[in-house]
Amino acid sequence: MAEITYLEAIREAMSEEMARDPNVFLMGEDIGAYGGAFKVTEGLLERFGASRVIDTPISEAGFVGAAAGAAHMGMRPVCELQFIDFISCAYDILTNYVATARYRAFLGCPMVVRGPSGGYVRGGPFHSQNPEAAFVHTPGLKIVYPATAEDAKGLMKAAIRDDDCVLFFEHKYLYRRIKGVMPAGDHVVPIGKARVAREGTDVSIITYAATVYKALEAAEQLAAEGVSVEVIDLRTLAPLDDEAIVSTVKKTHKVLVLHEDTRTGGIAGEITARINETCFEWLDAPVLRVTAADVPLPYAPSLEDYVLPQVADVLTAVRRLAAY
Amino acid sequence: MATKSPAAPASRGAVVLGPHANALTRAERLELYYWMRFTRSLEERLVNLYRQTKVVGGLFRSLGQEADAVGSAFALEPGDILSPLIRNLGSMLVKGATPVEILKQYMAKGDSPTRGRELNIHFGDLERGFVGQISHLGDMVPVMAGIALSFKLRREKRVVLVYVGDGATSTGAFHEGINFAAVQRVPMVVIVENNGFAYSTPTTTQTAAKSFADKGIGYGIPGVTADGNDVLATYEVTREAVNRARAGGGVTLIELMTYRRKGHAEHDNQSYVPAGLGERWAAENDPIDRYVARLTEEFGFSPKELAAMDARVQAEIDAATDEAEKSGVPGALDALTGIYADPPLEKPLWFREGVTSAVDAHERPVGWGVYDAAKGGKS
Repeated sequence: MAEITYLEAIREAMSEEMARDPNVFLMGEDIGAYGGAFKVTEGLLERFGASRVIDTPISEAGFVGAAAGAAHMGMRPVCELQFIDFISCAYDILTNYVATARYRAFLGCPMVVRGPSGGYVRGGPFHSQNPEAAFVHTPGLKIVYPATAEDAKGLMKAAIRDDDCVLFFEHKYLYRRIKGVMPAGDHVVPIGKARVAREGTDVSIITYAATVYKALEAAEQLAAEGVSVEVIDLRTLAPLDDEAIVSTVKKTHKVLVLHEDTRTGGIAGEITARINETCFEWLDAPVLRVTAADVPLPYAPSLEDYVLPQVADVLTAVRRLAAY
Repeated sequence: MATKSPAAPASRGAVVLGPHANALTRAERLELYYWMRFTRSLEERLVNLYRQTKVVGGLFRSLGQEADAVGSAFALEPGDILSPLIRNLGSMLVKGATPVEILKQYMAKGDSPTRGRELNIHFGDLERGFVGQISHLGDMVPVMAGIALSFKLRREKRVVLVYVGDGATSTGAFHEGINFAAVQRVPMVVIVENNGFAYSTPTTTQTAAKSFADKGIGYGIPGVTADGNDVLATYEVTREAVNRARAGGGVTLIELMTYRRKGHAEHDNQSYVPAGLGERWAAENDPIDRYVARLTEEFGFSPKELAAMDARVQAEIDAATDEAEKSGVPGALDALTGIYADPPLEKPLWFREGVTSAVDAHERPVGWGVYDAAKGGKS
C-alpha cells in the first residue's frame, strides 16, 4: 500500500463515508469546483455531485446551523470551515444550539465541523489559531485533533459515524508533511482513546497535534542523554482519555503537558488539575506546561517562532523534570 | 431623538376572503376558533398557576397575537415542520402539542417533554412537526433552513415554517440563515411576527426599513405583509407561501402585523408603552373578537355553538391541569444523563457522593501508607 498524506487521509475518509452512507454530505465555502482552500475536498464534487458537495455563502453560523437541522433529520453533514479560526463565527450555534440539543430536546446532531488549524505556517493572527479550549469547556461537543495520517482517516470516519457533533481539528502544518500507510479495510479509530506515540520510563509528555512531533524530536535527543521520554498523543480532547493520562503518570511520575494553544485557560491546565485530583501521590515533580505565550499569534517568523513551542523548549522543560 | 411608538390599530375596511381562506370548510373555520380560544384560555390558566407559584420560571403570553400563530400553522400539512417563537404557543397546539405537556413544562415536572431541563414552550417533537426554539434569537432560521435542505435533498414534498419576532431580524443568524435558504431555494416560509416591541424596544429602534417585508428584496425572495390579527388573512398568506415552497418556488418572507398586549413576560409592567395603546388594541383589534364577529355575522355560526366550544376548551384545560399537577419533580441524578449518545452518563460529582475527598477514591503507590482521615495525614 502506498503512503498518503494526512490531507489525503482526511479526503479518503470522507469519500469512503460518502460512498458508504447516502446521508453524508459536505457543506462549506469554496469546497466544490475549487476543492477547498487547501484542496481537502478536491475531486469530491465530480464524484458525488453538487447536492452532496454544497458550496455555501460566507456564513459559518448559517451553514453550521443548517447542518444541525439536517442532522436532526438523520443526515450526516460535514462542514468545512475554510480556516478553523472562523469557527468563532459559529460559536453561538455550536455552543448554544448544537451542544445542548440532545440534552434539552432529545435531538441528535450527528455532524462534523472540520477545518485547518494551528500555526508554524506564518499565517498570522487569523489563520493560525487553536481554538479547541473554547469548546472543550462546552458539554455536548466532542473534539478530536489527530497527529498522524492514520488517525486523521480513522478519526474522521469515527466522527462522521458518531451520533453527536464532533469538532475535527486538522493541523495544516501536517497536511502535506505527514504521511502514512492506511490500514486495510474499514479503518476507524475510536473517539476518546489516546495513543502512546513513544514508550519511555523517566518523563511523560502529554500532547496532541503538531506538537507531538516536537515531543518526539525532543525525546530522540534526550534518549542520547540517557533520559527515557514517553510521549502520549491524546488524539481526542473531549472526552479526555483519563486512563491513558493516569497510566503514564503512574509509570514515569513526571509530566510535561505540551500544547500549541495559548497558556491561560488552555487544556494543559485541565490535564494538570485532573492529575492533581486523581494521582497526585504518584508525582515526583510538579507538572510543567510548555505552551504558546498568551498573545495573538504574530506573523513575522522571528515573532511566531518565539511564541510557539519549539523543540528546544521541550528539551529545557524535560531536562528540568528529569533533574528534579 | 425619541423613538416612535408602535402604531395604533389601523382602521379596517371590508375584508375580502382570499381563495385559500374561502375554501376552508365549516368545520375548519370552527377549528381555527377552537385553537385561538384554546391558546388564550391555556395562557390564562398558566397565569393562575404562576400566581400560585406553581410555574417555576417566567411566563410568556401571546394575548392578542393568537390569530397569527394559529392561522399560519393551520396552513401546514402533516409532515411539515415549524419552529415557534415564544409567542407562538398556538402554532404548537395546532401541530399537536397537548395542554398537559405545556403545563408540565412550565411547572418543571419530571415527566414534562424536556424532563425539567428546559423552560416554557421550548420543546419539540419531529413526529408531530415542531422543533423547540432556543433563547438565542434568530438561531432557528439556519437550523430550520437545514431541515428544509434535508427535504430538498431527499426530494420530499415537505415544507418548513419558522417564526421570528421583529427583534430577531436584527441578528446575524437571521441574515445568514435566510440568505442560505434563499440561495439553496429550500422549501421554507419565514414569518416575522411584528408585534411592535422586542422586550421594551419598539420596532422603530430595531430597523430603519419601512417594513420587515422589505427585507425580502435583499435576499431575492418575495416579502409580503398581512394583518396578523385576522386569522383568515394570516391563513391565506401563509398557505400561498407554503404552496409555493412545496412546489419548489423557494423561500417567502411574511410579515404579520400584530400587537403584544402583555409585557415581554409576566413580570414586565410595560412602563415604556404609551398610555392607552394596549387598551385600544384590546378594544378595537382583538383577534378573537374579530373572528367571532365574522363567524356569527358572515359564516352563520350561532353564539351558542361558540359557547359550547368555549366550554369544551375549559373542560380540557381543567382536566389537563389536574393531570399535570399530579406529576413529580425530576430526580436530581437525571441531570447527568443524555449529554451524549455515547457515553450516556456524565460522571457524578464526587463531593456529592459521600466520599471524604477526591484523593480517598484512589489508591496510591505501594509503601505510602493509608490516608487516615482522623489524623489528617498518613499513618
